[in-house]
Amino acid sequence: MTLIAPTATPPVQDRREPVRRRARPLRILLHAFLGLVALGWVLPLALALYASLRPYEETSRLGYFSLPEHLTLDYYGQAWSQADLPRYYLNTLIIVIPGVLITLFMASFTAFAIARLRIPGRKALLITFTAGNLLPPQVLITPLYTLYTLVPLPSWLSDSQSLYDSYLGLILVHVAFQFGFCVFVMSNFMRTIPEEITEAALVDGAGVWRRYWQLTLPLCRPVLAALATLEFTFMYNDFLWALVLMSSGDKLPVTSALNNLRGQFFTDYNLLAAGSMLVALPTLIVFQMLHKQFVAGLTLGATKG
Amino acid sequence: MAAKTRRYSARDVTILVIGLGVAIIVNVGLIWGPTLASIGLSGTDWNGIKPMEWVGGRNYGDLVNDYPPFWSAIRNNVLWLGFLGLVATPFGLFCAVLLDRRLRLSRVYQSALYTPVVLSLAVVGFIAQLVYSSDYGVLNAVTGLTVDWLGDRSINIWVVMVAAAWRHVGYVMIIYLAGLKAVDPALKEAAAIDGANEAQAFFRVVFPTLRPVNVIVLVITVIEALRAFDIVYAINKGRNGLELLSVLVTENIVGEASRIGFGSAIAVILLVITLGFIVTYLSQLFREER
Repeated sequence: MTLIAPTATPPVQDRREPVRRRARPLRILLHAFLGLVALGWVLPLALALYASLRPYEETSRLGYFSLPEHLTLDYYGQAWSQADLPRYYLNTLIIVIPGVLITLFMASFTAFAIARLRIPGRKALLITFTAGNLLPPQVLITPLYTLYTLVPLPSWLSDSQSLYDSYLGLILVHVAFQFGFCVFVMSNFMRTIPEEITEAALVDGAGVWRRYWQLTLPLCRPVLAALATLEFTFMYNDFLWALVLMSSGDKLPVTSALNNLRGQFFTDYNLLAAGSMLVALPTLIVFQMLHKQFVAGLTLGATKG
Repeated sequence: MAAKTRRYSARDVTILVIGLGVAIIVNVGLIWGPTLASIGLSGTDWNGIKPMEWVGGRNYGDLVNDYPPFWSAIRNNVLWLGFLGLVATPFGLFCAVLLDRRLRLSRVYQSALYTPVVLSLAVVGFIAQLVYSSDYGVLNAVTGLTVDWLGDRSINIWVVMVAAAWRHVGYVMIIYLAGLKAVDPALKEAAAIDGANEAQAFFRVVFPTLRPVNVIVLVITVIEALRAFDIVYAINKGRNGLELLSVLVTENIVGEASRIGFGSAIAVILLVITLGFIVTYLSQLFREER
């Protein structure tokens, strides 16, 4: 790399064709533009981080856009313990982990049946499932809410004794809503797996389950990883379902519980900023670690469309 | 079909029926069933407690004639769609085109642009308050203004749309970037040899080949605009200038007044608008597949 660097100095470049030289300022302009945009994009997040580290008294005196006098992690401690964040994180996990696993399991089997077995009506099924995923939740939320209050559950499953205000209810609605997208993506993927693989197994007398579980699913690992990453983020970030289908504050997932950090009459925005950072942290970590899977998940539906 | 099904043993059929049956029941029971129920309920005056009575189209009449938030919600949803579609989406495409060339630091720029995509819209709403707050917000501190960005109902929808666009641009950018990577480089080279400049090569050669991606981005933009909810709800529960159709539906069940029939009528209007786009999209999608 360092060996190539000197070519950038003007005297050596004299013999180059003019096209190259004209391109240089353009490149700089491009970098300047993209750099500015990138900076602008990170700024709000950086600002929230900065605000969360400063006492309210200080920012209310000086405004958010000022040099710090004190930096403290107090708000994180406060959000963590006073707002009882660990409990809400746990609630989120109770909902999101089964949610992602069940969605992927059901969707992969359905996609397998649609893409690999010539079941009758497969196209109609795929269209129904995909379209269901595209509906805004509000078009069905009122009857769903009513339905949830009417379905009884034994008290060991839900202390509200109904689907309303239960973890199971939230898991179910996530599964139902995300299912269509996963079926769509996975059936597209499975269609690209060569038929010969299962054809050969068919001759060997392998049943449907074995062809799905042992032969097809292992080949779907990349798409499963991408969808798991994406679905985790989707379900983690959900705000609406919990807002409408949960009533006890102590069962809320963390994203919705963030609203509790707002006071009735007075909101300490720095505390809210610290809470926001803590809520954003898991998705940011997942995103940084599984960057490739995340992007693959978002573009999977797109490239083959 | 009979010849094919004979290849399945009784056990295979049982597994298929159970597997697909559960999927269909969940999907119909929790998605399509309630959607249809919305249509039915929109013709009643049910409030969740007293026996429901059929009122025909009265809810729709009330909505249009005596419910001012409805019209501001329609206006805001249209603005939202326009802003995402005409500002955020083209900007995302523009960034994707710039990032598609071999640039040093390209990965850094990309990461910065799509970091907001992983954030919950509720968190975006909270961050927006730090920026726009009238007393201590950064925007007023930097510009020296004393505007109540979120409280003034003539401007708050605009600044909230900027916050929504913050997230939308990154989303669109990733999808276009993937689409652009799949474009055959020979196409661009051929255009360059024929003397086309970069803009011409893009608009006449590359952009038309992106048609399937364009359709997806269009659908995402429309759906996002119709689904918009979390961000305004996190800011002020979608009142005082930030009304959206989705908020009005939710208000009627989580609010004090539980007007299920009336709320459903708003939901049906949302459904009709959405279905128009979904049908167009899916028919296109499945036609191309043949």
